[in-house]
Amino acid sequence: MPEAYLCLRHREIENIDQMDVYRQNGGFSAWEKAISQMQPDEVTTEVFDSGLRGRGGAGFPTGLKWRFMDGNNWPHYVVVNADESEPGTFKDREIMESNPLQFLEGVMLTSYAVGANLSYIYLRGEFWELAHYLDERIAELEKEGLLGDKLFGSDYSLRIRTHLGAGAYICGEETALLESLEGKLGQPRVRPPFPPSFGLYGKPTVVNNVETLTNVPLIIEHGSSYYRKWGTEKSAGTKVFSLSGRVKKPGNYELPLGTTFRELIYEYGGGIIDDKEVKAIMPAGASSSMIVANDEALDTPMDYENVPNVGAQLGSASIIVIDETVSMDWLINKTVHFFKHESCGKCTPCREGTFWMSNVTERVHEGQANWEDVILLQDVATNIKGKCLCALGDFATEAVTTAIERFPEDFKAKAKSNGAASEELVETSAAVAD
Amino acid sequence: MNALRESYGQEIDQILAKYPDDEKRSAVMPLLFVAMRKDGYVNKQDLEDIGEIIGRSSTDVASILGFYTLFHDKPEGKYRIQVCNDLPCALRGADEYLDNLCDNLGIRPGETTEDGVVTLEAVMCLAACDKAPMFQVQDYNGVAYHENQTVESTMQLVESWRAEGGKDA
Repeated sequence: MPEAYLCLRHREIENIDQMDVYRQNGGFSAWEKAISQMQPDEVTTEVFDSGLRGRGGAGFPTGLKWRFMDGNNWPHYVVVNADESEPGTFKDREIMESNPLQFLEGVMLTSYAVGANLSYIYLRGEFWELAHYLDERIAELEKEGLLGDKLFGSDYSLRIRTHLGAGAYICGEETALLESLEGKLGQPRVRPPFPPSFGLYGKPTVVNNVETLTNVPLIIEHGSSYYRKWGTEKSAGTKVFSLSGRVKKPGNYELPLGTTFRELIYEYGGGIIDDKEVKAIMPAGASSSMIVANDEALDTPMDYENVPNVGAQLGSASIIVIDETVSMDWLINKTVHFFKHESCGKCTPCREGTFWMSNVTERVHEGQANWEDVILLQDVATNIKGKCLCALGDFATEAVTTAIERFPEDFKAKAKSNGAASEELVETSAAVAD
Repeated sequence: MNALRESYGQEIDQILAKYPDDEKRSAVMPLLFVAMRKDGYVNKQDLEDIGEIIGRSSTDVASILGFYTLFHDKPEGKYRIQVCNDLPCALRGADEYLDNLCDNLGIRPGETTEDGVVTLEAVMCLAACDKAPMFQVQDYNGVAYHENQTVESTMQLVESWRAEGGKDA
């Protein structure tokens, strides 16, 4: 399928980051139309009908999330999740750097739809220069009369503020992000209540991803059916796929949902480095299950409903490509090390489990372990899964358990290379594990 | 007297204005960044000062300082080279790059060069996976990205800092 630039419009329209160019291309017409001609509910309905789903990873229907906002508790807030920290994800940064006005218009429309007069953009601390850039653009919008008090002669007022994090993956989890924005440790909250009833400062809050909101201006400008020209019934629109790993041309590719892995990796990504064989695909970054990259998997459409058929989730669509040169014991040592570092320490299974998993993956990778250690690793992972307040605990286990299940040969080879483990033991315990 | 407020009064007021009147605790992270501007780390007096500004204890402020990786509580190199060697970057040669950089700088991750110019760190994903090897530089004033790096290009950058006069620049 051909690329379709809805979020990455800067690749088609030069200088769309400039106010006059953006306006010549329909920029802020949706904003003016919403304030002057539409009720907030109508904006929400248009987004609901478009089928737009959250692009941060969960894929939750965006319009439905907005409808959950508690109308009996005010003020309301919109908080943009620009904490982009999943290994393999680098799409939100490109959108904000290169198509900032469309992104900001999306934040504005969302704020209007849910009745927020103050909205925050929470950026990871590493996006330091980007945050200052957005501050300048927000000031420009205020000067142009597009942000501020009594907009277009209405009673509606809106201010947008940026807030920088300071290096913590966990703050991409929405309730940890809210805690962090409140000036507390970035640790997840017990849910329910969910942010639309108890969010920032205990008030109803919509938390949405950068890419999600960047789609909104086009949906309001052209209508929900326009957006459904791309994608599938259940996965409408386009998605920015962040392609990384062992491909010739890594980068962001905005394609209709439902494009196959094969098209992305071979047509857009140019195939595997040195024309090696593709071995596995991680479609949702380091949090991903390992997909065995056989023909069936390569021909699977990348959308919310089909990726589970090959044993993974689409998530944030950060596609990390693994080739035959990579051994899974090395790979999971990397991902486990990441989650151990990023565990916030609140839930015991995640805090302790990632620590012990990392001890074992290190030992396996160094060739100092036998097959029993591999079984132990599975056991620790299983004891983390489903036992934590947020998804980080589960995420830490996905690559580990699926790598061992789907690529046992890599681990057997490691166990065998350790002189202490007899080949017989490896084979027997592998049979038990099967 | 609040030393932090004395040095950065106007900027602190602008930061506080970003948050609702009864929610000034939200300013703790931006204020920690302000405190690091003088010499790259947060000292005990800063903790007291920030606590006073937002109406929290210095212990509370210290907990935030300790939680996030971009905040520092001791003096180190003037420039922190923070190399991403997480999975996607490692698949594109970041581990080899980091090893070579270590050899060239004569330090390991976590260490500082003798002249005090560079602290080298290995960090988690920086959202630049398609432009590996890459790193960010954190200095007293903020963070900047350096992508598609070679050891040679990085050493040139380091030499330019050294030419500026290192610690006294």
